[in-house]
Amino acid sequence: MNHYESTFILNPALSEAQVNDVIKKYQSFLKDNGCKIIDTENWGLKKLAYSIQNKLSGFYALIDFEYTGDENIINSYETELKRDERVMRYLNVKLDKYATEWSVKRRSRMKKEKV
Amino acid sequence: MADLNVNTNQGEIRYLTPLDISTKNRKKYCRFKRLGIKYIDYKDPDFLLKFINEQGKILPRRLTGTSLKFQRKISVAVKRARHLALLPYQADLLK
Repeated sequence: MNHYESTFILNPALSEAQVNDVIKKYQSFLKDNGCKIIDTENWGLKKLAYSIQNKLSGFYALIDFEYTGDENIINSYETELKRDERVMRYLNVKLDKYATEWSVKRRSRMKKEKV
Repeated sequence: MADLNVNTNQGEIRYLTPLDISTKNRKKYCRFKRLGIKYIDYKDPDFLLKFINEQGKILPRRLTGTSLKFQRKISVAVKRARHLALLPYQADLLK
């Protein structure tokens, strides 16, 4: 079983509902392909450190998921992100055991902060 | 002979109590080893800011004291953060 983390930046011109639509689209894409989604984070509109496609801000979103199997699904997920015009930038990372530990810790810490 | 001694003493600065200037450099250490940090998160730009200079360049190991193992991880984390526009590729007066 592999643990993955996918972060992407969406176009700031989108509305809040459209952002949720995009996140939901990728969630269901992963789910349909047999991935188990652990967590989804929506960081909201953030300032970029440098301009991407002449834009200085973007909606950040993060999907944490688990997947057992070959890499074809991840590759098709990446092409899906590449083709999507609403996604300005993405980063998919496979987490090692220390990173997985940290992501669990980070999530529980964030939940505490919310409460 | 006595006159000569007075002349040489005039140029010297004398202190009543010796100044406390440590000439020994404190030993650098790897903070990841000491604190038991095993993973460096690319999503935390505020933490990564400690390992880059004002221009956004990654600081060398000889300045931060990080061990080689974690320096490699820092460089990966900083580069990922740059890709996601959490840190700039080049900057001026970052800090």
